[in-house]
Amino acid sequence: MSARVRRRSAVNIVVLSLSVATALIGLVFLGLISWTLVSRGLSAINLDLFTLETPPPGSPGGLANAIVGSAMMTGLAMLIATPIGILAGTYLAEYGRDSRFGSVARFINDILLSAPSILVGLFVYGFTVLPMQHYSAWAGSIALALIALPVIVRSTQDMIGLVPVPLREAAAALGAPEWRVMVSIVWRAAGSGMLTGVLLAAARISGETAPLLFTALNNQFWSTDLNAPMANLPVVIYRFALSPYDDWQQLAWGGAFLITFAILVLNVLARLVSARSQPAKRSLPALGCIPSQPTPKPLRSRYRSAASTSTMTSSRR
Amino acid sequence: MRPRLRDRPNPVAILMAVLCPMTDETLAAAVEELRIAPEMTGTLHLYRRQDAVFRAITFLSAALVVIVLAGMIAFLIHGAIPALTAMGPAFFWTSDWDTVEDVYGALAPIAGTLITATIAMVIGIPVSFGIAMFLTEICPVVLRRPIGTAIELLAGIPSVVFGIWGLFYLTPMLQEYVQPALIDYLGPLPIIGMLFQGPPFGIGILDGGIVLAIMVLPYITSITRDVFMTVPALLRESAYGMGCTTTEVVWKIVIPYCRVGLIGGVMLGLGRALGETMAVTFVIGNTYQISASLLAPGTTISAAIANEFNEAFEEQHLSALIALGLVLFLITFTVLALAKWMLMAIDKREGRR
Repeated sequence: MSARVRRRSAVNIVVLSLSVATALIGLVFLGLISWTLVSRGLSAINLDLFTLETPPPGSPGGLANAIVGSAMMTGLAMLIATPIGILAGTYLAEYGRDSRFGSVARFINDILLSAPSILVGLFVYGFTVLPMQHYSAWAGSIALALIALPVIVRSTQDMIGLVPVPLREAAAALGAPEWRVMVSIVWRAAGSGMLTGVLLAAARISGETAPLLFTALNNQFWSTDLNAPMANLPVVIYRFALSPYDDWQQLAWGGAFLITFAILVLNVLARLVSARSQPAKRSLPALGCIPSQPTPKPLRSRYRSAASTSTMTSSRR
Repeated sequence: MRPRLRDRPNPVAILMAVLCPMTDETLAAAVEELRIAPEMTGTLHLYRRQDAVFRAITFLSAALVVIVLAGMIAFLIHGAIPALTAMGPAFFWTSDWDTVEDVYGALAPIAGTLITATIAMVIGIPVSFGIAMFLTEICPVVLRRPIGTAIELLAGIPSVVFGIWGLFYLTPMLQEYVQPALIDYLGPLPIIGMLFQGPPFGIGILDGGIVLAIMVLPYITSITRDVFMTVPALLRESAYGMGCTTTEVVWKIVIPYCRVGLIGGVMLGLGRALGETMAVTFVIGNTYQISASLLAPGTTISAAIANEFNEAFEEQHLSALIALGLVLFLITFTVLALAKWMLMAIDKREGRR
């Protein structure tokens, strides 16, 4: 073996061990967080957590009002963001594909997609809380909707881009008007992908804390009034974890576990939905309809990995 | 024969029928020219109207996205004006933040934001590239998918969880073991030593940076891994066939091939680290001070806003916080625009693969 080969393989061994070492360190830290979350969280889970309101320090209590508040605001936000997001994504993928406005709007959507969520909170504070002179669950829902919106727009846009052109042409040739082609053919073909995007958006907003701090604020008591401040899990976790009281910290861990679990369920659901539709999508490259742009975005990457999970399940069968 | 597609009642179809009366003059010429049967023209007119309305609705939705961003910028600029005019450019390079005297200098949070994000990237990028390389090249095939999926699911953990974990577990660990060691071994060194002076508080800039690094880790890793997997097997196999070592395959084939995606992934991670609020607020210390030492407590833009906004009643104080938000927006916008521009430049140079 020449010196050059020896040097190359020595470098190789060093780099490989570094890679394994970093991988181990990274995985250990991520494992540590998950383990802490599960162990501290599970010990905080009991019936009271779901039935009692957030307590003053020192007395028994739960997170019932925060759980309901979070669910209400997330649901309302999705009700606002989903139709707008799907329509906007449709415009950007179909009508505005080559127009100047379309490319500007796509750029802006990408900016919004990664804009700091606290700025969304500030903005919504500015146009809802300031004029109304009080914090409200509406403001919180709008803030969450503004965070979900770009996610849905982006995923709709990507999924509609995957629908083969011949499908649209076939529908148009049968005499369908343009909107009918979109609603009954393209949306249906891209449906499960779009649903995946909506689920991922829900997962994203259900853990957001920063935009709720100045919009929905928090509420110590049971309230389902959308015009009043509303309790919600992320802000309760934030407040309680920073408090010096043991029982509040315990509740914070319980809440953190619940919210992470909910997000996990949404993510897994998104994977199942997109995995079910994969066989059809995999035949698309043959039609030459995959957009050539390989820009990886978090959303897309999830779809791609969803493809790999589906291969796993099918091979198991 | 009339083209009839409305077999089933469809909410959108009903909405369309209500919205669009059957009159249209513009199609007449086309109908004439194409010799369309007279009884069909009505349907065509209707379709044309419906299409216009549908298009308008989708256009308005897309316009809303633009309006949201425009509104956000307008709000930030409008809100920032009082503080910026009162403080002048000194806002950006002084670090006195005194709500009693109404003096606001934003240097400390701006520096804190940039430094914590830098620490996060310095730790996060090599580790996530290491994990991605491990997952695509080294790891036994059986384990690749489960580990990859687990990392992607971890990317969904809300940032507030990283914050409380950092506060209750990482901070004591740093204070007890890591920071004293850093002070003992790196502290006496020239230049580098300046970064590791002072008592080991636990919380501080370094702590914030590490929590951020752990938070962006699954994020960058899953993008990097996905991008690595887009490399055609043919390229990889050819390189191995020529006798390349695994390292050479990764450095000379895989990374150059997916440069575009890697830059995109890293920039998205950086954007996240810059704007992150909750993970940092817990562990940064929230003090307006600038210190050469990474162990000292500090603050970041988002942490400052999160902590003070609800307690700010003075107009100047509110305005100063919104001005901080404007700065944060400009920083993240620059990073994202830069990323886009780099991706476009590379795209152009390579003639769009």
